[in-house]
Amino acid sequence: MNIYKQELKMIIKSVIIWSIAIAILIFVYLSLFSSFSGEAKLVNEVMANFPEEFLIAFGMANMDLATILGFFGVIFFFVQMCLSIQAANYGFSLVSVEERELTADFLLTRPVGRKKILTSKLLAAFTGLGITAIVVWISSYVFVTIFSGEEGFYLKPLILLLLSIPVFQTFFLTVGLLISLLVKRIRSVLSFSMSLAFGMYVLNAFGGMIGDEKMEIISPFKHFDPNYIIKNSAFDLPLVSISVVVIFVSVIGSYVLYSKRNIPSVA
Amino acid sequence: MSIIEVNHLTKYYGKARGIVDVSFNVEEGEIYGFIGPNGAGKSTTIRLFLGLIFPTSGEAKIFGKDCIKYGPEIRQDIGYLPSEVFYYERMKVIDLLKYSASFYKKDCSKRLYELADIMELDLNRRIDDLSYGNKKKVGIVQGLLHQPTLIFLDEPTSGLDPLMQRRFFNLIRDENKRGATIFFSSHILGEVQKMCNRVAIIKEGSIVDIQDIKTLQKENYKKIHVEGDQIDVNRFNIDGVTKLEVENSTVNFFYKGDINHITKILSEQVISDVTIEEPTLEEIFMHYYE
Repeated sequence: MNIYKQELKMIIKSVIIWSIAIAILIFVYLSLFSSFSGEAKLVNEVMANFPEEFLIAFGMANMDLATILGFFGVIFFFVQMCLSIQAANYGFSLVSVEERELTADFLLTRPVGRKKILTSKLLAAFTGLGITAIVVWISSYVFVTIFSGEEGFYLKPLILLLLSIPVFQTFFLTVGLLISLLVKRIRSVLSFSMSLAFGMYVLNAFGGMIGDEKMEIISPFKHFDPNYIIKNSAFDLPLVSISVVVIFVSVIGSYVLYSKRNIPSVA
Repeated sequence: MSIIEVNHLTKYYGKARGIVDVSFNVEEGEIYGFIGPNGAGKSTTIRLFLGLIFPTSGEAKIFGKDCIKYGPEIRQDIGYLPSEVFYYERMKVIDLLKYSASFYKKDCSKRLYELADIMELDLNRRIDDLSYGNKKKVGIVQGLLHQPTLIFLDEPTSGLDPLMQRRFFNLIRDENKRGATIFFSSHILGEVQKMCNRVAIIKEGSIVDIQDIKTLQKENYKKIHVEGDQIDVNRFNIDGVTKLEVENSTVNFFYKGDINHITKILSEQVISDVTIEEPTLEEIFMHYYE
């Protein structure tokens, strides 16, 4: 419990900043909807004139910007981008921060096992991500409700979109953690987490452009494509299960690697 | 029962050598010195004891229990002061120490304040505002606050001023009197000489020798200094004499062997002055380093 508290204390500021930033992003974007929807036909025409590859790359292909959910789908893609970087940040730094700031010696010489340390750290990270998820849930629901006006919207696709968030976050958290334990040393967490987040995004975007499905199949941006969820009011379950499998493998792999890890000495 | 039992402990980092086939025992209540030049494997050995790294082969037992398998359990009673101290920079000293104390079953708060008092540590400052020496003090308090029965010191005095060093050594002696076993790693031989009962010398990853400090000093080497204008230096070229240096009218050398033999040779010479003294450990151990 003491490690959990300490870990949570160390990330709480970052959690609050990310949560507020994402909520503001959603608010500002959705506030444009009313002026957009008035010219919906025109906007959809303009969009149709963009090259298809461009639209796919930004997750806007086949989006109906005239409805609030279609409109929300575009920003949700950017929300996913933010969430992936945040989660990957926590994943990459979860254990590596101790080695980089040389506090691993302190923590690991306490009378506590490695498994318990990792569990406490993971729970703290989940709590942090959970707080962000809840803030995104509430702000999405509230802002969509406010800006949809009298038109209203379908609740189910929105709920599905929002429910996808925890799995999506967990994917980046655990994959980041596993990679951080596979490499010898992480000098800069941000460069790793940006690479993972953008890498997954590029796999999805380029896969969509080239039409080659092999690569994009490992990207959670594909597994939780807002387009698909809004259109079908359902998850693409085979793809979602890939995410779940990757999470399981990453968690188990991380425990195995961490309990055998040699902590490099300071000097 | 030995507090620490080390059997053929070996550690390789990939292909790089850490330590090779190290075996020794540390008995209860001892202050055990562990000396050797930088890179000899002193820290590697301690890090293996603490479960920070895992042995390639061999084993180490602490309190009779395997130090990997029972790591969390035995660490309840271990205190560790690393050579370089690093703590969560944004924490206050008191918060860090309380965090450290929260891992132990016993109540540490009284001892925490006592130690902070002895080391003159300001508890309300942030870790990242502290000087190197002050961080070191945090390390000392942190390492001792749970009244461990086995204390690992890894080059503990670097960064402490002489006054604090003395306080620190007194503290360690008190802990030892209380019953704690001390494992003292250092490359400063003077420190080890002052503190320890026995000493293991490690060089290039292997133990070269384990000696009782008193027998080492008293029964073996003498450091001899002779002055005089008509000394026949060749007479000192006998078995047991090492490091024979002649400069103008003075002769310096080390002698190991029957003391009567050397005094007889000295008495044959016309000399103006002579001193025969205990060599420091440093001087004794020089040949291990070369």
